[in-house]
Amino acid sequence: MSPISAIVRKEIRSYFVSPIAYVVASVFLLLIGLLSFLAVATASNRSLQMLRGQGSLPDLNLNDIVFRPVFANMAVILLLVVPMLTMRLFAEEKKLKTMELLVTSPVTITDIVVGKFFAAFTVFAGMLALTAVGPLALAPFAQFQWEPLLTAYLGVLLMGGLFLSAGLLASGLTENQIIAVILSFGGLLLFWLFGWAGQVFADSAFGKVLSYLSPLEHFEHLVKGLVTTSDVVYFMAGIVFMLFLTHRVIESQRWR
Amino acid sequence: MIQVEHLTKQYGPKTAIADVSFSVEKGEVLAFLGPNGAGKTTTMRILTASMPATSGSARVAGYDCFDHPIEVKRAIGYLPEVPPLYTEMTVTEYLTFVGRLKGVEPERLPGALDRTLEQLSLGEVRGRLIANLSRGFKQRVGLAQALIHDPPVLILDEPTVGLDPKQIIEIRQLIKTLAGSHTIILSTHILPEATAVAQRVVIIHEGRIVAEDSQDQLSARLRRSEKVSLTLKSPAPDTRERLQSLPGVLSVHQEDPATFLVEAELGHDLRDDLARFAVRNEWGLLELKLVTMTLEDVFLRLTQEEAFSLPSPLEGEGQGEGVSS
Repeated sequence: MSPISAIVRKEIRSYFVSPIAYVVASVFLLLIGLLSFLAVATASNRSLQMLRGQGSLPDLNLNDIVFRPVFANMAVILLLVVPMLTMRLFAEEKKLKTMELLVTSPVTITDIVVGKFFAAFTVFAGMLALTAVGPLALAPFAQFQWEPLLTAYLGVLLMGGLFLSAGLLASGLTENQIIAVILSFGGLLLFWLFGWAGQVFADSAFGKVLSYLSPLEHFEHLVKGLVTTSDVVYFMAGIVFMLFLTHRVIESQRWR
Repeated sequence: MIQVEHLTKQYGPKTAIADVSFSVEKGEVLAFLGPNGAGKTTTMRILTASMPATSGSARVAGYDCFDHPIEVKRAIGYLPEVPPLYTEMTVTEYLTFVGRLKGVEPERLPGALDRTLEQLSLGEVRGRLIANLSRGFKQRVGLAQALIHDPPVLILDEPTVGLDPKQIIEIRQLIKTLAGSHTIILSTHILPEATAVAQRVVIIHEGRIVAEDSQDQLSARLRRSEKVSLTLKSPAPDTRERLQSLPGVLSVHQEDPATFLVEAELGHDLRDDLARFAVRNEWGLLELKLVTMTLEDVFLRLTQEEAFSLPSPLEGEGQGEGVSS
């Protein structure tokens, strides 16, 4: 077994022996469940109204009126819950002095960073997989396209990955988990707002750069069912860059 | 097995260690002795290849700590001052994780686990959560993680700190059993510990090595005179003056009405003369012993500019070695 898989297994185990994974997953799934219910209920009301008005069943696109709002809101929820998944990854190791075990073991810092990221990503992906209960439950009663739904899930996975890597960086910067949460939440929100700022300065090159840097626009493309190389590259490059920064931060701490 | 040459480490403007050089042979136990903040942990971290030095070189098992960190880490078992324990794991889970992390092959892992648990007498607590173990057991689990991959070199940073006397004896006994098959460096600021387990002592003070030798050699090198403690049953009022008149005697210090500390020139063993002199004068010889310098004395003499509050005085009584009657 490679040292990375040892780290991944140990981290996944840590999530489930502490209440963190259960609490985060419960809150996440509860909110997604509520959101999905509200979206379906709204769609149902609208179709009833249209049935009364037109006298026939309207041709409603569930992808547009149910899933898109759910995924758009899921992005906001991720902003809140992902930092809680990553806060302890490095902060706790430093606080409890177990980091010393990792850095004196025959593994590289890349192994440690990648191992921790994959563990958090696996837990996140598992949490996300449980949200598939919604579409699966709707499938026998409604007609919708699966492809945009899958691209939306790809978008959530990529954006979640980006958030997780940013959270990992924040956790690497401190040994206080509360500070790690605040740093990652603040940092993610800042990038989020870049999208808005980009609209304010839409005419200038600066505005375009800001818009590009915000994950929101790239995510929206994927939720609409549009998979472009540039969006995928944005997320992948963002994840690699954040992991690289985390590596540098941990490496620099060896010198101090 | 370990060669350290001109090692220097600076934290910004602060020099943690300066020009540190020493070597440790295969199977040897070396104690790294110094007050807190002397640079012991820094040296050990460099040796574990987890921290780069500012200058100088360190080699462990033939590998350079900077150029081949992975090979060095494979050859080393390291117990930091605070044992790095995941307290939410059981002892078995923890050691299995550490074994995997240290690259123990899956088919060898159960055997390595059993050997380590046996070696450290951890069998009875193998299924217990580390959080619920006593401090002594936690320290043993810490030592077990250093041993799970059966490394040739062990680096132990203050292995007995915070333990009760019984646990201290157990850990020291364990280190002694590991000596020979393992090359061991241990750091301590508890002076008797160095004598209890190590063949050689390196005394480090303010980042510099101030002495390196066996304890006996260190004491001998720093001893400026021979001292003999003489206890008499019925000394005469002029005993002190008469002892002073013996040939070779430099000074006589009366410590209490019955005990005299007689100082002679270096290399001049007075015990025989003193015994005969006391018997001839019918003073009732109760005890006669050579006063040797303890490691405390050596340590304090070497670092005497620092104000240590240690119980043993610089020129005071040491451990007895000699005859009593």
